[in-house]
Amino acid sequence: MSVEHADAAVPHGHGRVPGERHATGYDDETRARLTRDADEIVARYPQARSALLPMLHLVQSEDGYVSPRGIAFCAAHLGLTTAEVSAVATFYTQYKRHPNGTYTVGVCTNTLCGVMGGDAIWEELSEHLGVGHDETTPDGAITLERVECNAACDYAPVMMVNWEFFDEQTPASAVEVVDRLVAGEPVAPTRGPSQVGTFKEISRVLAGFPDGRADEGVGAGQATLRGTVLAKEQGWTAPSFDADERAAAAAAQADDAAPEVGDEQSSAQHAPTTPADSSPTGEQRKQKSDDAKES
Amino acid sequence: MTTLTPVLSAHWDADRSWKLARYEADGGYRGLRRALGMPAADVVTTVKDSGLRGRGGAGFPTGMKWGFLPAPDGGPRYLVVNADESEPGTCKDIPLMMASPQELIEGVIITSYAIGCHHAFIYLRGEVVHVYRRLLEAVREAREAGYVGTDILGSGFDLEITVHAGAGAYICGEETALLDSLEGLRGQPRLKPPFPAVAGLYARPTVVNNVESIASVPAILQGGASWFTSMGTERSAGHGLFSLSGHVTRPGQYEAPLGITLRELLDMAGGVREGHELKFWTPGGSSTPIFTAEHLDVPLDYESVGKAGSMLGTRALQIFDETTSVVRAVSRWIQFYKHESCGKCTPCREGTFWLAQIMARLEAGQGTSADIDLLLDLCDNILGRAFCALGDGATSPVTSAIKYFREEFEAGTHTPADVLFPPERSALFDYTPRRRTQLAGVHA
Repeated sequence: MSVEHADAAVPHGHGRVPGERHATGYDDETRARLTRDADEIVARYPQARSALLPMLHLVQSEDGYVSPRGIAFCAAHLGLTTAEVSAVATFYTQYKRHPNGTYTVGVCTNTLCGVMGGDAIWEELSEHLGVGHDETTPDGAITLERVECNAACDYAPVMMVNWEFFDEQTPASAVEVVDRLVAGEPVAPTRGPSQVGTFKEISRVLAGFPDGRADEGVGAGQATLRGTVLAKEQGWTAPSFDADERAAAAAAQADDAAPEVGDEQSSAQHAPTTPADSSPTGEQRKQKSDDAKES
Repeated sequence: MTTLTPVLSAHWDADRSWKLARYEADGGYRGLRRALGMPAADVVTTVKDSGLRGRGGAGFPTGMKWGFLPAPDGGPRYLVVNADESEPGTCKDIPLMMASPQELIEGVIITSYAIGCHHAFIYLRGEVVHVYRRLLEAVREAREAGYVGTDILGSGFDLEITVHAGAGAYICGEETALLDSLEGLRGQPRLKPPFPAVAGLYARPTVVNNVESIASVPAILQGGASWFTSMGTERSAGHGLFSLSGHVTRPGQYEAPLGITLRELLDMAGGVREGHELKFWTPGGSSTPIFTAEHLDVPLDYESVGKAGSMLGTRALQIFDETTSVVRAVSRWIQFYKHESCGKCTPCREGTFWLAQIMARLEAGQGTSADIDLLLDLCDNILGRAFCALGDGATSPVTSAIKYFREEFEAGTHTPADVLFPPERSALFDYTPRRRTQLAGVHA
């Protein structure tokens, strides 16, 4: 499969043309289709306005960004003003205010990923692609971004392509990924579906319309599983749900854990000879009596 | 020695771990069956007795939060799951939902039953599309199996679940900002009171809980409160996901009883990366004051971490070794807070911008001798004066870093951070930096 990139350098029909009225943006067929989708989104919520965020994702799935006509469509559908819709669209970083590339490539440059090498990856990609933050390559293939922490710190340094995980990147691996994206080749994330979708395809998923790829890819990567695997190797488990089993296990552990007399942490210099040597209450009594003798 | 106690993470390595059939085979939905056989109030009591505290950072007792809802008035009540995990360093909820979303769904159903909610929402950050797919699929599977919809398992209880994708805003992790965002508005925090328990989503009584809190509920129902309290400490009961990242040999998720120490966790994770030593770390994300090697034995529970001058937060243990510039790390965190400040209140909106400017010149080695005091003064004017916890959080890395590494801030008045701490030494791969801040005449 190859992907055609929309040419960002050439003005196209999705941009706002001076004098064009927002309301006339979509042709009848497109408007009818978007209206059906929007109705479906609205039906998920007790109040219609809650549909606005997913509807803005829907607009991006149609136009590749939050277009003026998309804003007008949302406003009309939800009974809002275009200013109210714009106010929301400008608040969230995933909503693009100008035509986006086919792929958003985001390099995490928050502290942890940045220090682990994200800064170097960012510099390499920026130079390789010839664009800076929130800029799109002239062929319309890639919009490069610095992204904030994407909740995959145990896989640092992390790169996101259209919000799919590319874990444990290096400058070389990141360049290879973007080169393949530019060439229109299929690229698989490290944790995610078997192929990264286009910006428009992913925007449609984010609007709540599944693309049938939920069962693709792994359940968890290696870092996610480190504790799970280690616990299995060591035979460590959480306590049993059964209270009696728990009590038995605790007793057994107490036996196992008791160090030999005179060993490190044995808290005893000689084998117990009186009740005070092994029972805490006896010990306290003994201590009290010792204290009394001293004073 | 403390050992791991995998509960949530016990079956993440299973084949197609995210499928409902796998979850049921490993005992899934037994907790729900038990809950549906109990009066709802008893479910709340069980969770109260377990001592489960909010796993999203603040540590508020979960059962108590449920108990705050006013008496039913016939109108709707909502459960909203906060799945907006965005705190720098925090990476536990996202892998949980990717590997085993049914844990969360079962928790949502039990919690909804307990609080009398018939429409629950999961607010997921928008930047994790594969997790969104998995959640949508998990709800679909649960509905098909009769766990979601009308008359669940013949109990007469009805529930709809809507999974909602956000659109990129850290502030939406703040519970009232999340509610505004879910209502289709800019995600800005609300004045409290009224608290969400009284007037939350659509001004109705609402419980907002973190993913891990809700996902912990099914096992509590299965094992009972005493099972949960058999792990952890007296006031910080139970198990929790500890996320190790950074300069550590085997970063990842380690599920352990609260009260485990970083020393123990580092042992399990193979220690700090070879040939290096621990310099500083965060116990619970970037908004929790940093710790140093002297805190290796602090029990990671709410009380002990608080007593040692930080917060348990989200148990996001970001590990940095001696190659890392504290000034660079803090400067970058401040850039984050500046970017994510929602702009609603002046101390945070203006303060984070000023902090960022000062940190930038200290990082460039161009700070002034007054800058440290200026930073502390600024933090003093943000902390406790901001509208929500974002502003407070922004001051944590600054004040704690000055406390432990003041000399590095002082060095920022004459030497760039990347000269003192060449960044290529911190990276996990070899590379040659493209540009290096040059100190005129010295490093030419």
